Amino acid sequence: MKLRLTLVLLAALHAFVVFAAFFAPYDYAEQHRDYPFAPPTRVHFTDAAGRFHLRPFVYGVTQDSPGGDYREDRGRRYPVEFFVHGRLFGAGAPGILFLWGSDGFGRDVFSRVLYGGQISLLTGLVAAFLSLSLGLLWGTLAGFYGGWVDRLLMRGAELFLALPWLYLLLAVRAFLPLHISTTQAFFLLVAIIGTVGWVRPARMIRGVVLSARERGFVLAARGFGASGQYLIRRHILPLTWSVVLTQATVLIPQYILAEVTLSFLGLGVGEPVPSWGNMLADARQYHTLIAHTWMLAPGLATVPLLLGYLTLADILLERSGPGY
Amino acid sequence: MKYAARRFLHSLFLLAGVSVLSFLFADLAPGDFFSEMRLERGVAAGTVDALRARHGLDRPLPVRYAAWLGSMGRGEFGYSLAYNSAVGPLLRQRIPGTLLLTASATFLAWLMAIPLGIWNATRRGTWSDSIFKVTLAILLSIPELLSAVIFLAIAVETGWLPAGGMHAPGAESQAAADRFRDTLRHLVIPVGVLVLGMLPVLIRHVRGSVADCLDSPFALAARAHGIPRRRLLFGHVLPAALNPLISLFGFSLGTLLSASLLVEVLVGWPGLGPLFLEAIMARDFALVLGVVMSSTSLLITGNLVADLLLYRADPRIRT
Repeated sequence: MKLRLTLVLLAALHAFVVFAAFFAPYDYAEQHRDYPFAPPTRVHFTDAAGRFHLRPFVYGVTQDSPGGDYREDRGRRYPVEFFVHGRLFGAGAPGILFLWGSDGFGRDVFSRVLYGGQISLLTGLVAAFLSLSLGLLWGTLAGFYGGWVDRLLMRGAELFLALPWLYLLLAVRAFLPLHISTTQAFFLLVAIIGTVGWVRPARMIRGVVLSARERGFVLAARGFGASGQYLIRRHILPLTWSVVLTQATVLIPQYILAEVTLSFLGLGVGEPVPSWGNMLADARQYHTLIAHTWMLAPGLATVPLLLGYLTLADILLERSGPGY
Repeated sequence: MKYAARRFLHSLFLLAGVSVLSFLFADLAPGDFFSEMRLERGVAAGTVDALRARHGLDRPLPVRYAAWLGSMGRGEFGYSLAYNSAVGPLLRQRIPGTLLLTASATFLAWLMAIPLGIWNATRRGTWSDSIFKVTLAILLSIPELLSAVIFLAIAVETGWLPAGGMHAPGAESQAAADRFRDTLRHLVIPVGVLVLGMLPVLIRHVRGSVADCLDSPFALAARAHGIPRRRLLFGHVLPAALNPLISLFGFSLGTLLSASLLVEVLVGWPGLGPLFLEAIMARDFALVLGVVMSSTSLLITGNLVADLLLYRADPRIRT
């Protein structure tokens, strides 16, 4: 029950982000220079006369003065249209529909959070894949063959763990070029985050492989003359899947946060491409945040996602029992 | 004693390994402090090379490493080109800030986590336990970044707490008591954020550890002997439950230092974090290296302390 609920939550969040081009009413770079820092648009069902409309609508908004408050202009009414221009919804032109308000350039925060999630989520997923592949490779080799491979792994792992991981992450980032394009920045982030975090999964997988190596059926297969390669592929690797899966649910949220942190500090993906980190950097000036609370949206968006992944990790850990 | 010496030697080896690796990595890195200069007009091609030669950046790697080790012996840790000063004094200014922040956060978090965890472990399966669990899960999903931003905004809006930094302007002229109170007020937000980040993890582990011991045969036997609940809990279960928590203390330090870096940058706390970020932005590798070494030393020292504590507390590892 709990598992199903968590999976549904995660699937829904991922769907929103992956199909951002459909769910978001605007493109992430689309600017509405007349509406900087517009508050979230209210969607109405009943008009001023109290009549109910099946099709929701929005009022036009006007600003008292540049930088001033926004007011709804009851005279102008724009219906909310569904399935227009290949998107789920949008306001009839020239009305605007900012579900979560707009930023300083008049860009729709809701759309940008959805698009920004693509960078943040993809970084997390790909980096976790990278980490786990490295961990699986090293962990299996070290655990299965032992000897100098094992000693090298354990010593190297200690070196990696001797640094607090954010310091390690930033240190690796420090030695790489600062001013790079968005695509480069993305691959750089994935590479850094992925390679910095391989140690823990590698150690865990090593532990599993060590115990798997002595299992009866593995010894039997070895007695029949099975080669090391065959043993790993056929008997050892299948035993590591549950650890790999659990580790994935632990690593992905951690790596999403790592991307958010790096981009927030200006060391990751930069404008105009949104990521939750660089969007949240806009909310860092507190006068901006106090006057425009909706700028916090990208930060709040991480909470359900993390909750989903952490709950999933808990469930998997409970299932695999103590010892992991 | 022999154990302590062995652990200490091991820590030194780790530090040496980290320094060699960082040096190698910095050497592989494209560009250095002067490479941005090359792009500017009005800087002759020879100037950059001359500058690099003057600061010894053109020497081979082993020579530079030896020179760095020598300067470490003098307490300088190399020369920061961005600050135009030795790295050592810069670090010594900042380390106390980080230490103050992380030490108070650790102290406070454990102070809260142990009673809450024990209380939680004794009432497993009740409805208050379920509510508590859900609260912890939600707290765990709030990144420090978000809580720090929110707390700061609230502090500024209400004026209850200072908005950042470590001292109010003009604090140097105040009396010692006032200065102390001023620092305390500045500590509230960063420490609060760190404690909120640590608390859910710590409570879970305390709860798990105490619950394991409560379920173990020795606790059952003690209960069968009619030992009162309170004495069972504090006299028998708690000391046994403490051992895994000491290891957790060591593990949690790395996470804490990482979180502290972020919080320091956010609230402008004069610790290692902001210095590190500035060093990265300026591509000042000597300073980066200095901060890396100091944070590593902090973590390794913390782990060493945890190891020695565990050695005292748990006779089973004395082999």
